[in-house]
Amino acid sequence: MNRQREIHALRERLSALEPVGLLGQESRFTLGSQRVDDALGGGLSRAALHEVVTFGSADAAAAIGFVTGLSRRAGGPSRAMLWVRQTTGEAEAGKLYPHGLFEMGLDPRSIIQVRLRDATGVLRAGIEGARCEALGCVVIEIWGDPKILDLTATRRLALGAEESGVPVFLLRFSRKVESSAAATRWQVRSLASRPLEADAPGHPAFDVTLVRQRAGIGGLDWKMEWNIDRHEFEEQALSRTVASLPFDREDQAAGAARWRQAG
Amino acid sequence: MVVAALEAGAMRLVAADPKALSLGLRPRLGLADARARVPAIEVHEHEPEVDLALLRHIADWCDRYTPVVAEEMSDTLILEIAGSVHLFGSEARLCEDIERRLAGFGFTARTAIAGTSLCARAVARFDGGGIIRAGKERESVSALPVAALEMEEETTLALRRAGLMTVGDVAARPIKPLAARFGGEFVRRLAGVIGEVDPPLHPRRPLPLLSSEQRFADPIGLEEDIATAFDGLSHDLCTALEQQGQGGRAFEATFFRADGATRRIEALVGRPLRDPAALKKLFMTRLDALADPVDPGFGFDMIRLCVLAGDKADGEQIRFERDAMEEGAVTDLVDRLTARFGLSAVERFLPVDSHVPERAARRVSAITDAKERGKWQAGHAGEPPLRPILIFTPPQPVETIAEVPEGPPYRFRWRHVLHEITHAEGPERVSPEWWKSEKEPKTRDYYRVEDRQGHRYWLYREGLYAREAGDVRWFLQGLFP
Repeated sequence: MNRQREIHALRERLSALEPVGLLGQESRFTLGSQRVDDALGGGLSRAALHEVVTFGSADAAAAIGFVTGLSRRAGGPSRAMLWVRQTTGEAEAGKLYPHGLFEMGLDPRSIIQVRLRDATGVLRAGIEGARCEALGCVVIEIWGDPKILDLTATRRLALGAEESGVPVFLLRFSRKVESSAAATRWQVRSLASRPLEADAPGHPAFDVTLVRQRAGIGGLDWKMEWNIDRHEFEEQALSRTVASLPFDREDQAAGAARWRQAG
Repeated sequence: MVVAALEAGAMRLVAADPKALSLGLRPRLGLADARARVPAIEVHEHEPEVDLALLRHIADWCDRYTPVVAEEMSDTLILEIAGSVHLFGSEARLCEDIERRLAGFGFTARTAIAGTSLCARAVARFDGGGIIRAGKERESVSALPVAALEMEEETTLALRRAGLMTVGDVAARPIKPLAARFGGEFVRRLAGVIGEVDPPLHPRRPLPLLSSEQRFADPIGLEEDIATAFDGLSHDLCTALEQQGQGGRAFEATFFRADGATRRIEALVGRPLRDPAALKKLFMTRLDALADPVDPGFGFDMIRLCVLAGDKADGEQIRFERDAMEEGAVTDLVDRLTARFGLSAVERFLPVDSHVPERAARRVSAITDAKERGKWQAGHAGEPPLRPILIFTPPQPVETIAEVPEGPPYRFRWRHVLHEITHAEGPERVSPEWWKSEKEPKTRDYYRVEDRQGHRYWLYREGLYAREAGDVRWFLQGLFP
């Protein structure tokens, strides 16, 4: 596994040195976790539309975090990316915070953020981005079920991605799952982290379902963590204590001592 | 028909149409007198702002002759035509074109061409217009009455009393006593009218660095025709930019409709641009995205494309290196998105040197080249992120239950949902930046917390127990993945 990673790193470096015409030999990018990548047939296709679905705003941070990880995997640390957000999303789940994205492995300088009110504009901007070969990836966030986001719209996005070789991540905050032209569809929920010492919350953790993929089996579940040092997804190891301890009134007496002190 | 306005307590005529003039009605005549002379007179109240709006409308239309159009005293337009005469063959043809077209809209225009704007104005207003050959300015205005100098009434009267009846009479006098008697402004005006000194023009619009225009014998309106026109215009403009070693940063397209309406569309770009294909694409995107589309009506008979601002750009850009090429493609994308969605919708992040989380970053228009001053905050190896990926500004107040002093609460309610905290880390203390004029700055103690459902939040307590005034309140500031 280590060897593969080294080879992958070398390939990445090589492709950075190659002129543009030869780019795209690497048609897939890996998530980092061997089992997940194997199930995907060696990673996710670059030239494709990938859909990440989550139910409403409660798991928005998980979904956006998962896509942040995918973006890092697809585009590396410094390739420019386009992130198109609906302003509804900002009210529901907050604004993108570059310091946090930086810690996740993205370079905030390379993010072009487009904020628009209506879904039509968001899709338009997204398609414009999907056609731009120079981008590392495109993220599009759509809230609810706008009529405009139909099979035709997703086909257009998929087509843009196929022609440019730029992966497009369509984040949908909706309960309704409709047909789309996406190559894969994921469903993401927050997952309890493996607590660190003194009961501090652990690393970013995601409960991920690969609902379906066009060229393979769907309905696969993984519990994943994002390794912020190696910038890769890994399956969450079974933690020392699987569930957190039941809430204990007596514990409260201990007060702040129960929590880990920062700094 | 006459136009009248209230002046010093009485209605006086401001202007009269040819028929009224022929009946002996003159501007400045009292309205009562005018009515006495011509009882059936049609009177309209003077509306200076309407006149001005009309003049500006005509000025917009005049842009077709030259990009340099200036208003002069609310009734005259000055056009700098040095660069446009060749398009019409001769000065006479240009004047004729203006008069004929304006007549088509129902206006009577008097045109004059001269070496200085004041001379041209005097000739147009007091001599019926005409073309004054270079060097003949003084000669041609000599016979005009001193009123042609258009000074205040007392000055004009004083000149007449002194026996100076024509501009020629005045110009023949030595300058110094005139300056002493009537002031510097008078001397400057005289010099302008007799063609000696041309006072600087104040064009209505910023002067373009470069401009390129195309006229159409048959007005065009179809999108593909406009696209074809932009092919040529972009090509011309970019060639000129290249010769100057420049690239454009701000562009403007002006559409002149055959019926006189004009429409301007601006487009800004992030880096000096002189690639004809990109420039064309930029404008086609812009046109496509306008909420209020450019209406061709019966067609455009002219389109002009200008560079309003530019920057130095090196010689032939090296287009082989992957980085440079990608950068170019990305800036093109940013330019197109900005053209379509506006400056404020397309942004980049810049770090800001501040401890207060919501101030530690700002968003700037993606096409500006604002430089970074702060740094992105790096986490510690092996530790989860210290900062959320989503942030609420302003922070969201939460209701806490089962608080303990100097620690995170055990439960909190946010958006009507109760969250039970299972893991927490903190506090990370953020001291108020009192020097940044905060009202009642308070200390914040931040906690990273996780609830039973596995959601991770960034909470803070505002205020210190027993040490800072006011209530202690809790806020939710961000979401962790």
